[in-house]
Amino acid sequence: MTTTNTKAGATPVRGWRPLTVLLGLYGRPASAAGTTIVLIFLLIALIGPVIAPYGVNEQIVSDARQAPSPDHWFGTDHLGRDVFSRILFGAQDIFLLAGLGTLVAVLAGTAIGLLSGYRGGIFDEALMRVFDSLLAIPALLLALLLLGIVGPARNAVLAVIVIIYTPIVARVARSVVQSIKVKGFVQAARIRGESQGWILFREILPSALPVLTVEGALRFSYAIFLIAALGFLGIGVQPPNPNWGLMVGEAREHVFQTPWALWAPALAISILVIGVNLMADGLRRVLRAPGV
Amino acid sequence: MNPALSVKDLTVTYRIGHGPVTAIREASLEIQPGEVHGLVGESGSGKTTLVLAVMQHLPEQAEITHGSIRVDGRELLGLSPERLRSVWGSQIAMVPQDPLSALNPSLKIGTQLTEQRDDLSAAEARDKALGLLEMVQIADPARVARSYPHQISGGMQQRVMIAMALCMGPKLLILDEPTTGLDSTTEAVVLDLIRELMKARQTATLYVSHSLGVIAQFADRLTVLYASELVEQGSKMNLFESPFHPYTHGLLDSIPRLGENKREIQLRSIGGRIPSLGDLPPACVFAPRCPVAIDVCHEARPMLEDSGMARQVRCYRREEIQAGEIDPRQPPAAPPRPHSPTAETVLKVQDLEVRYDQPRSLAEWLRRSPSQSVRAVDDVRLVIGKGETFGLVGESGSGKTSLAQAVIGLVDSERGRMELLGAKLPAQIKHRDRGTLSRLQMVLQNPDEALNPYLTVGQSLSRPLALLRGADSDQEVHRLLKSVRLPPEYADRYPAQLSGGEKQRVAIARAFATIPDLVLLDEPVSSLDVSVQASILNLLNRLQTEHGTSLLFISHDIAVVGFLSDYVGVLYLGRLMEVAPSEALFHPPYHPYTEALLSAIPLLDPEASQERVRLRGEIPSPLAPPTGCPFHTRCPRFIGDICIEQTPPWQEDETGTSIFCHIPVNDLRQAQGRVFAMRKRQ
Repeated sequence: MTTTNTKAGATPVRGWRPLTVLLGLYGRPASAAGTTIVLIFLLIALIGPVIAPYGVNEQIVSDARQAPSPDHWFGTDHLGRDVFSRILFGAQDIFLLAGLGTLVAVLAGTAIGLLSGYRGGIFDEALMRVFDSLLAIPALLLALLLLGIVGPARNAVLAVIVIIYTPIVARVARSVVQSIKVKGFVQAARIRGESQGWILFREILPSALPVLTVEGALRFSYAIFLIAALGFLGIGVQPPNPNWGLMVGEAREHVFQTPWALWAPALAISILVIGVNLMADGLRRVLRAPGV
Repeated sequence: MNPALSVKDLTVTYRIGHGPVTAIREASLEIQPGEVHGLVGESGSGKTTLVLAVMQHLPEQAEITHGSIRVDGRELLGLSPERLRSVWGSQIAMVPQDPLSALNPSLKIGTQLTEQRDDLSAAEARDKALGLLEMVQIADPARVARSYPHQISGGMQQRVMIAMALCMGPKLLILDEPTTGLDSTTEAVVLDLIRELMKARQTATLYVSHSLGVIAQFADRLTVLYASELVEQGSKMNLFESPFHPYTHGLLDSIPRLGENKREIQLRSIGGRIPSLGDLPPACVFAPRCPVAIDVCHEARPMLEDSGMARQVRCYRREEIQAGEIDPRQPPAAPPRPHSPTAETVLKVQDLEVRYDQPRSLAEWLRRSPSQSVRAVDDVRLVIGKGETFGLVGESGSGKTSLAQAVIGLVDSERGRMELLGAKLPAQIKHRDRGTLSRLQMVLQNPDEALNPYLTVGQSLSRPLALLRGADSDQEVHRLLKSVRLPPEYADRYPAQLSGGEKQRVAIARAFATIPDLVLLDEPVSSLDVSVQASILNLLNRLQTEHGTSLLFISHDIAVVGFLSDYVGVLYLGRLMEVAPSEALFHPPYHPYTEALLSAIPLLDPEASQERVRLRGEIPSPLAPPTGCPFHTRCPRFIGDICIEQTPPWQEDETGTSIFCHIPVNDLRQAQGRVFAMRKRQ
């Protein structure tokens, strides 16, 4: 936020540039730790398959049920698959499913919430009652219902995340918009005859973004949980996919022989979720209005 | 006898971010039993810190680094929390600014009043509570004692707080802006009560207020704080008659007094901005804004010096000021162009009505019961000529903001006709063309929310230029900043880096960017400090003179409205009660409501005389406004059934005053004296 641009009205808001945000996140120890964790996991998702010592479903039957050792860092499971390699492979899946699902849900929810909250009226009222009834059903139950209808498939899991999270994000976006739209600067924009698009995206959205970004980050961590839970229950992604939740589910039956096969994916999930939450806290601070 | 309160060399620092910040330095004051001591200061002056220190209720990061606080001879510093608990209530009690947040919402008033008196039996406590409520003149004490705080009005809540504070007969009473949140007619009643109680009980009182009028009416002595420093202290008469410190001068000069108009008096505003506590001037804190500062003022901190008559001043040039050798006043603003009535009408509003429909419940909807609606603005007609200022004054809920929002198009008007420069003005913004939009602008109420926090000042200013004038350039932005006396560098600042007054300047610059014919101003100065208020009022006058703009100025402060306006309209429950040229507004005949308003304002002259017209009861609910004349339920000049049954006629007298009342104007004039008399200032 130190750069200056003298041409008034030319630049979008400076605080949004990813680098500035990243530097801001490294301003406090907690958010720095969270960001580092998320970045490491992101890196694993990108290059995991390349650096993995073994194949994702490669069975070394002779090495089955090995405790962690220099050969197999996180040990092997009951089928003789290298747990470390499977975790490296699984990262991508988590980021793709949870990340993509959350992204779509946040975008859709924000658009719906912005419009609904700004326009108000009967459309807003009707939509919110529908969302309320969706929100009344526990997420896991709703997922079970939906997957029960379409059957277990990757795309179905993605759809479930979008369907469950869009109303939540929309509600948050709507309440933020409702508190911002009565402020003087929005009224001033209406008074000078700005278009609805300008008011929504240039006047209201920047003030709503910090809340929405934090909400998105939290949704992302819940999505990781949900995918893991679905995998654990065996109704999400199907074996032999190296989904961390599914790995926990599979290892559960052999927990006394190969506890490491359960611990490793469970820890991976926890650490990533903690990292995302710490980063979300930092985002709240970094994204507030400039000049404070 | 011990003084009720004795504060000596009190210094309080806060540990924040970059290091300690001193919020109050070496302040001393003494209050004798039965004396009322006024504490005056703007935001950031340290008055809250001083009060919290006396209450021993400072936040954790605050530290008293120096000094002593004695109440009735007993040192408070260093007392344990248990000992302090016995001091609170019985020795010191406080009435806070916001009664609703100070009352426990889950306890009935009666229970709450005697909560501290655990020595009483239930029956005794009940009697005690009723007695206390009677003492603060609550008409139906039994009902109020059974009520929860949210069920009674703001004025009533504040009386309960006063009763609670006096419950244990404290040695020292602290009143922290006790009437700031109240409407002026309610404030007057509460102030009367405080005055009577103080006279009767002779409790030493520390009265904190930003309103110099209230202090002028109440205090015996007063202390003026500025930016953590005690700058002047003395008897009320001395300070109001002949202030010594340039800041006290500036403060007194920057407030328009009731009945003054811009054509007779030019306000002297204090230049510059109030320094933040983290960044105080090194020597005299007022030196950067002082018109008579000399070199030494910037080099060393002046001492608090005795100037006789139990009076202290912290100023190097006190003797010269006292001898009348130098003039410590700020330079006056340029006088505005004299008002010359023109035939050209800018805005004409006829029979305007704004209604808000109350939401119906599902059951009501099914039963098809008619939806209730609040008539926020009812049958309002007004005309604003070119270059004129029309002031609208009214208490909260009078519909003044709704009226402005209907004119600007933010709310839809139910009925009525509006014309801008002779052309019909559509009710909704979307039906107005670019030309109309650029001719009509508005400055909104709260400067803190007026600017988009994510846009620089330059971006905010360039947008109306680009949209409505097609002339967006850095030069134009700089010209706009200059027109509101802000340096061009401000174009790159964000709103969070500006003070309240500066934000309001930018908001005004934005409204004037399109060189409009009419600007609506909704309470533009009410959230600003007094010294900043004056500079904004002067700025508005100057811009108006330069561009010949017409203004619709809305405020709850009748002194400010009367100062700035050529015509004034008085609103009550959505209806205009009186429209008068500002010079006639302050003379009889008045509408009975105007009479009450004028009598409710605490005057800024300790020797002023004022009629006492007080209104009974509360403002009626706008859901069920009274029939006939809306004011009849509270009118002190109520004449009978005609007021209840018939809508009053508009009567005009020869000065151009129009009054909405059944009583003939001549009878009003005969019955009414001048409500207030105050000495003119030079």
